[in-house]
Amino acid sequence: MSDNNYTPNSKIGKWFNDRLPLLTLANHLTDYPTPKNLNYWWTFGGILTFCLITQIITGLVLAMHYIADTKLAFASVEHIMRDVNYGWLIRYVHANGASMFFLAVYIHIFRSLFYGSYKSPREIIWILGIIIYLLMMAAAFMGYVLPWGQMSYWGATVITNLFSAIPFIGEGITTWLWGGYSVDNPTLTRFYALHYLIPFLILGLVVLHIWALHVPGNNNPAGIEIKKPSNDTVPFHPYIVVKDAFALLLFLIVFAFFVFYTPNILGHADNYIEANPLVTPAHIVPEWYLLPFYAILRSVPDKLMGVIAMFSAILILAALPWLDTSKVRSAIFRPLYKQFYWILVIDVLILGYVGAMPAEGLYLLIARIATAYYFIHFLIILPVLGLTEKTNPIPLSISEPVLAGSAMATKSLEKDKIENNLKSLG
Amino acid sequence: MSDKKPKNRRDFIFTATAAAGAVGVGAAVWPLVDQMNPDASVKALASTEVDISSVKPGQSITVVWRGKPVFIKRRTKEEIDKARSVSLDQLKHPEKDEDRVKNPEWLVMLGICTHLGCVPLSDKGEYDGWFCPCHGSHYDTSGRIRKGPAPINMEIPEYVFLNESTIKIG
Repeated sequence: MSDNNYTPNSKIGKWFNDRLPLLTLANHLTDYPTPKNLNYWWTFGGILTFCLITQIITGLVLAMHYIADTKLAFASVEHIMRDVNYGWLIRYVHANGASMFFLAVYIHIFRSLFYGSYKSPREIIWILGIIIYLLMMAAAFMGYVLPWGQMSYWGATVITNLFSAIPFIGEGITTWLWGGYSVDNPTLTRFYALHYLIPFLILGLVVLHIWALHVPGNNNPAGIEIKKPSNDTVPFHPYIVVKDAFALLLFLIVFAFFVFYTPNILGHADNYIEANPLVTPAHIVPEWYLLPFYAILRSVPDKLMGVIAMFSAILILAALPWLDTSKVRSAIFRPLYKQFYWILVIDVLILGYVGAMPAEGLYLLIARIATAYYFIHFLIILPVLGLTEKTNPIPLSISEPVLAGSAMATKSLEKDKIENNLKSLG
Repeated sequence: MSDKKPKNRRDFIFTATAAAGAVGVGAAVWPLVDQMNPDASVKALASTEVDISSVKPGQSITVVWRGKPVFIKRRTKEEIDKARSVSLDQLKHPEKDEDRVKNPEWLVMLGICTHLGCVPLSDKGEYDGWFCPCHGSHYDTSGRIRKGPAPINMEIPEYVFLNESTIKIG
């Protein structure tokens, strides 16, 4: 990176930068060399940043009107919807914003899976991402409890009861989480406090995530190490900024469609009934983005093992950089992995579908097969595939496929690049 | 200061300081952790008295105790016989019906599925007891788990018959 010798032009800029090098940072972010072949799957980092900021701003505003008390919470949400100026809009943006956030994060995660972005030297970026994802799930779950509808209450009951599966100390932990003997006012107030806190923890982790990204630089669709800066890179500004902004606009069309045309389609009608501790809704279903894990939980007949399977399904992702033994990053050059990748995508979609269905009969059977396959993919297929798969030749640089015709002229130069690439792939 | 073993003396001071520091941090953190446990006002609501004089055989009422539903079921003769005719080796969590009731006619239990805490529906399921709609656990007329993911029978709270028509739960 070339920003160490940056000097501001103006005198006052130089004076300030010598005392707090913010302008150096800004210069690093604008000049940051980015692979020139990044496709639209790479725009979701920016989209996710937008989602986080949107959730923080709309959440802050909602907090000015919401009351965290079991007697008043449900009514205060309706008050926001009916009485507060633009309250309906702000709440629908916040509620659908959570779904949009997860939609974007799933695309972001599956992009990493396809192009091998989690592999050395980017393991820390990946693990920080998994922690952010876990915190997102915690924040979304607690946020869903706040309106104190039937799904809020029973969702909270089911999820907190997961901890009672822990032998010996489980009951104590559950009581401690509740602050009582069931989900009640103490539970609501603490969930509210934590729901407010977690987005700022995520913000901090996002800074680390981007910092860790800027050490090795972006991965790219070819999955190869490139020289930075070189004719393989473009500066972040304006090239990537404009591309990200355009992708964000397209994303906002989808976002706005949900907010303005079907604001409740991703929610559950039962959450417009106030929480009642004596009546359980016929089907307790979590929000769509948690369904695959819910399916895994229900597919195991034993309570403790079900909980372990569910948490393992998430935590196994953190071990992915070491489970995938292939040195080649991008699926473009891994003919077999590419097929298994798409099978995994379908598998997760199936898990999501059966997670929304009653856990019985054929659905249960499908859920069990899909759960088994999920773990087989990560624990058996990936390690074995990396050692046995015959990969296609990887290009020497991003420019090479385009300039292949003139390759002979620069043979010695390419020899260097081959060696560099081999080195970087270990 | 002794010149012979200055290092050991320093080591001791470091260890002692770190230990005292750890105890101090632990003592400071504990109130922050313990404040999340049930508070005095929650504990104060720990018992409930229920009038059961109007419950007829075969009927069941649901009362709230510690924020949780408690089923009070006045069982019919057939229901009692059905619960008592089951042999223990058929049960996932073997418990005699006799051990689950104080008076065979009255079954008092926490109306909470032991799987993930939903409220089971009464007079439903394959064993004519309770059925949990969340994840499909079936309970018999003694509230014992017979089929489905729940690990144990529905819990029996502490209760006493104060007189013919009043039960005190908790």
